Amino acid sequence: MTGWIEKTSRILETPLGLGPRALVLAALLLLLPAYVFPLYDMTMFAPQYPEGLRLHIYSYRLDGGHGGQDVKEINLLNHYIGMKDLDAAEFTEFKWIPFAVGAFVLLLLRTATLGKLAHLVDVLVLYLYFGLFSLWSFAYKMHWYGHHLSPTAAVKVDPFTPPLFGHKKLANFEVYSYPAVGSYTLAAVALVLALALYLAWRQARRHGASLARMPD
Amino acid sequence: MRKAGPVLWTVTLLVAAGLLAGRCAPSAPKAKRAAAAVSDMAVAAQKTYIAPGDLDEYYLFSSGGHSGQVYVYGVPSMRHLSTIPVFTPYPATGYGFDDESKAMLGGLTWGDVHHPALSETNGDYDGRWLFVNEMNGRVARIDLRDFKTRQILGPVPNVSGNHASAFVTPNTEYSMMASRFSIPIPKGTVVPIEKYATDYKGVVAAVKIDPKSGAMALGWEILMPPFDYDLGDAGKGPSNGWMFWSSYNTERATGKLEVTSTQRDRDYIAAIDWKAAEKAAGEGKGDVIGGVKVLDPKKVPGIVYLMPCGKSPHGVDVSPDGKWIVGSGKLQGVTTVFNFEKIQTAIRNKDFTGEEDGIPVLKYESIKDAEVPVGLGPLHTQFGPDGYAYTSLFVDSAIAKWKLGTWEVVDKIPMSYSIGHLSAAEGDTAHPQGKYLVGLNKLSHGRHLSVGPSQPESSQLVDISEEKMKLLYDAFTEPEPHYAQMIKADKLHPIEVYPKEENKHPLAVWDVKDAGVTRQGNKVVAKVVEVRSTITPTSIEVNEGDEVTVAITNIEQTTDELHGFGLLDYNVNVVVDPGETKTFTFKATKGGVFPYYCTNFCSALHQEMQGYLIVRGGR
Repeated sequence: MTGWIEKTSRILETPLGLGPRALVLAALLLLLPAYVFPLYDMTMFAPQYPEGLRLHIYSYRLDGGHGGQDVKEINLLNHYIGMKDLDAAEFTEFKWIPFAVGAFVLLLLRTATLGKLAHLVDVLVLYLYFGLFSLWSFAYKMHWYGHHLSPTAAVKVDPFTPPLFGHKKLANFEVYSYPAVGSYTLAAVALVLALALYLAWRQARRHGASLARMPD
Repeated sequence: MRKAGPVLWTVTLLVAAGLLAGRCAPSAPKAKRAAAAVSDMAVAAQKTYIAPGDLDEYYLFSSGGHSGQVYVYGVPSMRHLSTIPVFTPYPATGYGFDDESKAMLGGLTWGDVHHPALSETNGDYDGRWLFVNEMNGRVARIDLRDFKTRQILGPVPNVSGNHASAFVTPNTEYSMMASRFSIPIPKGTVVPIEKYATDYKGVVAAVKIDPKSGAMALGWEILMPPFDYDLGDAGKGPSNGWMFWSSYNTERATGKLEVTSTQRDRDYIAAIDWKAAEKAAGEGKGDVIGGVKVLDPKKVPGIVYLMPCGKSPHGVDVSPDGKWIVGSGKLQGVTTVFNFEKIQTAIRNKDFTGEEDGIPVLKYESIKDAEVPVGLGPLHTQFGPDGYAYTSLFVDSAIAKWKLGTWEVVDKIPMSYSIGHLSAAEGDTAHPQGKYLVGLNKLSHGRHLSVGPSQPESSQLVDISEEKMKLLYDAFTEPEPHYAQMIKADKLHPIEVYPKEENKHPLAVWDVKDAGVTRQGNKVVAKVVEVRSTITPTSIEVNEGDEVTVAITNIEQTTDELHGFGLLDYNVNVVVDPGETKTFTFKATKGGVFPYYCTNFCSALHQEMQGYLIVRGGR
């Protein structure tokens, strides 16, 4: 047991090789689209809306199709069922997600330059936590909007959760909800970091093994 | 790194697979349901093509909404044939410029036409008159002999916001109307809005129609709770003698009605025994309010009952056999069918669950036959000859076809977009004809060449002659077709000239020799003859300050030889049909020389058909 701890901590202290560092830098670059592209797209089709109403959720703002008009239209329609307006001010995510992404840029920069394997582990664990928390936060938001309908709404519908991935029929609307470019690049960050960790770990073990074979 | 190769590849593949599995927002709905209405071109073209010179099979009389007019279309071509001006001046026919039509308009220059009602005999259209309502509380009668508005009655006392109108009873005994916006009555009374629930009143009014002339006169009224009465339909066959009205805001709410009036799961359809009401009024019951006999159901029990109907019902439509009453709650996904016999039984057994201002509320479960799952936002139902009903679905933007009796929804067709009412061939009579149905849609976006922000409405022709409904044609109609009625063309026999011998106008002259100007004090009468291609006299001389009456007779007896009389700078344009005499009266307030001319192109020398009004006293 003691041997394993010693061995692991030795591995964790190993500086990262060039390959993993390059991958860490690649992961850093993959974070940046989250500032440019939407994370989530919701599209709603109804007979009256053959082109669809489009909602684009960015890391820092809400946008809609038709030059943003779709957000207003969606809110207008939702008011009949008593749903609260989608309001950027209500999305705390728009503040902490860009901040967190910025923090990860710095952490990855640190890992790529000063990087020991431990840094890589830290940043990956934190990143996975961030990713899962963001997903939960989004899902919770969807659920919250669908379950806090005004009791005095003109049209009474049963509480519902809009689809998180895939499509669902809600009244006369076909609602499609899918992650967008920003989410896919964020997911790729995790994969690239995992790959970097895998390679770094192998290198470190091999390095450790060769050290062990050296005569005292 | 040699060993890392396969691992790297594996991970890369995983990422790629992840991205592929990941989906993006689709550009079109993936569900099977077509988003917009499409038609089979070959079938549609064949069914709607009316060769040049050929005639349509049906007339469609479409309400012009807030344009104040009625539009006439031919079906199946959907060609716009004519505009009948009713509540709004229309220079094209001179309507609202001559003395008679000006007097009919009564100083109002707009009206909001909603529901045309063709006159009926035994519950079937008889092709004599068309009645149309208007929100300011008026009803007009169009004579289908000449397609002209012949009478405007109203504003009718006490009725406010005359939306639920101008439905006729099966033998055109009455045209019925009801308040959409309850007010304190008589009109002119002021009561604070806080007392809406108790002191504001809805009113149902029966406008009596003379069976020979069609002349409308005030009948009697019934005092109703302050609900918003929306649409109505008269019973027929077994239910003849009854009138049914949908109502919303039975919450008696004020303010933001889109919330306050939509809280109850069920509102009401008011069932009125109009024969009993007529009898009571005849026996002298009721009080005179605002100049008309008003019956209070509290004091005259047995004339009104309330049928609970979910939720905020719009259409209430009686089946051709008169057995069923279909109520369409616009905020739900079903349409409710009531059984007239059960209604009668419930009334006999006093099967009531409450009352509203002394009016018994019938037990829903006892009178309902079915809740038909037609789809979202059912508004209005029409019928076919074969036991099928067609219900428009605003929210679903579709028409549902369902079977009376089995209550089975058998077909649906998308409408583009957001259908309001629908109109099947004689589809609200005792003998619907089937064949065609027109969906009167509220939105048309993207289905026509763009004409800017003021978009036309869309009326879509649907073939209902087979099991499956088929879309045939998109027509773009003048605003705003609320309801329309479709009548077999051979039921109408319009004249095309006014026969000379029928012209009894005191100022008519039939010979150019008789045309001329006469004066009595400062009143001047000019008798004018129009015939190809002269306006006689060719000049009219008056003094500034004279009151001038110009009586124009078109002495043609030839079809389509219309003449106009446009008087420049005096805002006058009158059009006289062959054999017709019209007058217009004005004060010659401006001195000078003012040309008049024929505005309706008539002949090779139409351009020469002109004259001068000389008003002496000018500079």
